[in-house]
Amino acid sequence: MLKQAIENLGNRTVQGVWRIGFAARFFLATLLHSGTAFRRFGLTIREMYFSGVLSLIIILVSGLFVGMVLGLQGYETLQTYGSEEALGILVALSLVRELGPVVAALLFASRAGSAITAEIGLMKATEQLSAMEMMAVDPIARVVAPRFWAGVVSMPFLAALFSAMGIFGGYLVGVQLIGVDEGSFWSQMQSAVDFEQDILNGVIKSVVFGVAITTIALFEGYDAPPTAEGVSGATTRTVVTSSLAVLALDFVLTAFMFRGIN
Amino acid sequence: MRNDVLVEIEDVAFGYGARPVLKGINLTARRGQVVAIMGSSGCGKTTLLRLIGGQIRPGQGTVRVAGESLGELDRAGLYRLRRKMGMLFQFGALFTDISVFDNVAFQLREHTDLPEDAIRDLVLMKLHAVGLRGAVHLMPSELSGGMARRVALARAIALDPMLVMYDEPFAGLDPISLGVTGNLIRRLTDTLGLTSLVVTHDVQESLKIVDYVYFVSEGVIVAEGTADEIRASGLPYVHQFVHGEADGPVPFHYPAPAYAADLGLGAAHA
Repeated sequence: MLKQAIENLGNRTVQGVWRIGFAARFFLATLLHSGTAFRRFGLTIREMYFSGVLSLIIILVSGLFVGMVLGLQGYETLQTYGSEEALGILVALSLVRELGPVVAALLFASRAGSAITAEIGLMKATEQLSAMEMMAVDPIARVVAPRFWAGVVSMPFLAALFSAMGIFGGYLVGVQLIGVDEGSFWSQMQSAVDFEQDILNGVIKSVVFGVAITTIALFEGYDAPPTAEGVSGATTRTVVTSSLAVLALDFVLTAFMFRGIN
Repeated sequence: MRNDVLVEIEDVAFGYGARPVLKGINLTARRGQVVAIMGSSGCGKTTLLRLIGGQIRPGQGTVRVAGESLGELDRAGLYRLRRKMGMLFQFGALFTDISVFDNVAFQLREHTDLPEDAIRDLVLMKLHAVGLRGAVHLMPSELSGGMARRVALARAIALDPMLVMYDEPFAGLDPISLGVTGNLIRRLTDTLGLTSLVVTHDVQESLKIVDYVYFVSEGVIVAEGTADEIRASGLPYVHQFVHGEADGPVPFHYPAPAYAADLGLGAAHA
């Protein structure tokens, strides 16, 4: 019984290490075979439409509501200290530094990541990838790399739009609904948000999240067992793994980026 | 005579992990021939096609296509050789997100610099050859199984390959589509000067169109010959296969303990 348990643990560990190694090789192969994604940029643009543009609705609506909630909650807290004019700063910094990149990435993983995994997994299950190989077309260059770069490029734009909509939501609730002074709301936000420390770091975060999510989504699809159960399992793993990766990476990046900032 | 040989497999063995699938196969396909590889499900027929396409490498022996040994080719060499091959997958493997036209045009766009006008003409010609010029604007989801396979065939011959491999081209087709597909394989082989390798277990349909047949069983070639020789074969395995007999060298029952013992009956009842 104990021997069996140890064997199973050992097997799982070995398989896990194998998968990580395979994923790393897959990531490197994607980078090395990225020429087609840039030479024929139309392929990448097409994938940007599927993973980026089609994610806009969920990103914009979520951003609006997150901003509105921030406006309400922030006002409640700030008015206790009589500093409700700082609502603009609170909303903007929360969104640009953290919520924009992170929540947009989580939404992107759920909507676009799962779609990428299911598509690649089904292409594998229906032998479309094998057919492509037999036609002397490399599936990594033709299918994987354009989707990878589309995800990496889309992610910062989605995060920026999420933050913009969030700030608008905070403005609607804070200024239009509750009656915080409009001038203070915008001017304090403008003076407190630093381009390099806040905006640029937010963009870097979202690019890193984009790389992580699309790599996980593409790898899970490519590695999925070619069955209905295999593809559904891979899709679930994409959402779970990439969400956890986003949260873990966010902590690491935040620790490095905002060291020593008051 | 040797120049006449397009595909040559010598003493090839292959296994998935510890499980051997092919054990010392020898096979030859000459230019202009339709060669069938027959055998029951799971006997290694499709593995053989994958070896010829270079998707997997043999554990032992050599696979030569047009004089080039696949085991010695690097990735670029393999891709160069694959441009001269076409493969028809069991269910077509059409790209489901693009139209019939774009499917057939796929290789032309990937591997040539032809202008769109020329690509359009070529695609229509290939689709006309398989009788589906009228389906040019349909999506793969709008095609029946037989039509999808014919479109896949048009896609496979888009670059005028020297070798076309068919993986179970007759599986799941109605009698009309069956006849149409069989005739197409023969006609395209003759008119385009191709060599066709057909992996199938549809004996009656394939014997009508093939020049030579190899029978694979348990990883080895158990019989070979022309269609007439196969029909007249006295080998028990071939006889069972050709006549579709339920029991014979390929037993009806999967190996199991004695029936009576399994049912818990004593020796007295056995």
